[in-house]
Amino acid sequence: MKTKSNLEQVLESKIFAVTGELGPPQSADAEVIRRKAKILKGNVDAFNVTDGQTAVVRMASWAACLIAKEEGLDPIVQMTCRDRNRIALQMDVLGIAALGMNNMLCLTGDHQKFGNHPNAKGVYDLDSIQLVKMVKDMRDEKKFQCGEAMAVEPRLFIGAAENPFADPFEFRAARLAKKVTAGADFIQTQIVYNVDKFAEWMKMIRDRGLHERVKILAGVAPIKSVGAAKYMKTRVPGMDVPDSVVARLQGVPKEQVSKEGIKLCIDIIKQMREIEGVAGIHLMAIEWEEAVPEIVEAAGLLPRPKLAT
Amino acid sequence: MLISKQKPLEEILSYLEGEKSVFLVGCKGCAEGWGSGGEKQVAEMRKTLQEKGKGVSGSVVVDMLCDGALTKLKLRAYKKEIAAGDSILVLTDGAGVQTVAEVVDKVVHPGCNTLSAGGAHAEWKEAESCLECGDCVLEFTGGLCPIARCSKHLLNGPCGGSQYGKCEVDPSIPCVWQQIVDHLAKLGQLDKLERFVAPKNWSVSLTSGPPIKRFS
Repeated sequence: MKTKSNLEQVLESKIFAVTGELGPPQSADAEVIRRKAKILKGNVDAFNVTDGQTAVVRMASWAACLIAKEEGLDPIVQMTCRDRNRIALQMDVLGIAALGMNNMLCLTGDHQKFGNHPNAKGVYDLDSIQLVKMVKDMRDEKKFQCGEAMAVEPRLFIGAAENPFADPFEFRAARLAKKVTAGADFIQTQIVYNVDKFAEWMKMIRDRGLHERVKILAGVAPIKSVGAAKYMKTRVPGMDVPDSVVARLQGVPKEQVSKEGIKLCIDIIKQMREIEGVAGIHLMAIEWEEAVPEIVEAAGLLPRPKLAT
Repeated sequence: MLISKQKPLEEILSYLEGEKSVFLVGCKGCAEGWGSGGEKQVAEMRKTLQEKGKGVSGSVVVDMLCDGALTKLKLRAYKKEIAAGDSILVLTDGAGVQTVAEVVDKVVHPGCNTLSAGGAHAEWKEAESCLECGDCVLEFTGGLCPIARCSKHLLNGPCGGSQYGKCEVDPSIPCVWQQIVDHLAKLGQLDKLERFVAPKNWSVSLTSGPPIKRFS
């Protein structure tokens, strides 16, 4: 074991892992975090708190993680390169580890253009792969990016993201290999709706033997409405929502759409479990945390393992 | 006007590792003016490389290397010499390097770092291909610059927002990482992108470094 992460323990025990996601509020309201954390508790092995997702100002990921950790959950702090240079990133890495967090997801970050402060200066001093390597070197070599040594290293289980639906498709596996070599312990993917394309991507991952070097968690999410499906299909960069998904939701009476969205999510989870090399799911019920218990239950993923930390 | 300075010889030689022979390109514009890649420097580089045991299959110094049409025409006359070399070493600013990469299907190495636009930025705004970052990375990116052309300046791209050849930030922006992958695939050099590119040295750029120092 590299860390005290519950997620690492679950994955190392070869148990099909479940991670969740908690969106922090656009305010200083700690109660929102506690309420959402209570819903996730017992239903996931660890959970992410997004770091200024879509470049909208929200409570800092590490702060919301700390609040939720007090509720007894294993947080995954998300860390983007959009807002921090290598100095700020390393300071946050030290602080996060010192606060007792065990997991960090390394991201480049959504471009500032998409958020509520489009005039902000993007930083992008590092990219996600360079961030992964920097955190790994801090943990395993006890070295800062500049090469200087540190006394107490941050013991973090290192995650990275991957979008199997982005282009150039043929190059995605090669880029993931770079992330793994840089030091990623686990990968959370973009939300899967196009199962066939995801399966094709996983085959490329297996052909390179990457599934044996890194734990891959397939991203899944329930869809609440036909409008939401259409929005994701046309407006969210990097998403791949096949027509059949929209049609399935359109095929039921309006009051049953959200129920059908949950069913669809459960179906996709079951398909993910059948794909060789998928080590778990990352369930993103964004602003719909209430759906999580029902989904994990119906997908046969309860109870979650209780491991000694 | 793009102000450039030759990279250290060791760095240039590291780019040429495993290659027997190289074709040299210089420019009679900015690079000659700043003594980084005019007639004189190209001749010197030819001599230096030969002393280091590298073959030079030929050389040319173009009037305005950043002019794609002119460069294409000029290089056509050196088809044989270019084909005889393993690669092309361009002793100019990043704009010139990228023009060569665009018009010839050949591995292109940057021989200089571009330090500044010398105050003439406005003339170039619409076609900006070099941001004068002072630490040229074109060696690792197939001769297409992600500092100038990627919205997130990724050195290990593409990000998850590249779809259908376009940048997620605006559909009118081509994804330079798609172009980099396509270009290197065409040259059979895609494995180049599997190497980790380390964090960049921003201390030599105009936006992060102390600009006054450079000209003192």
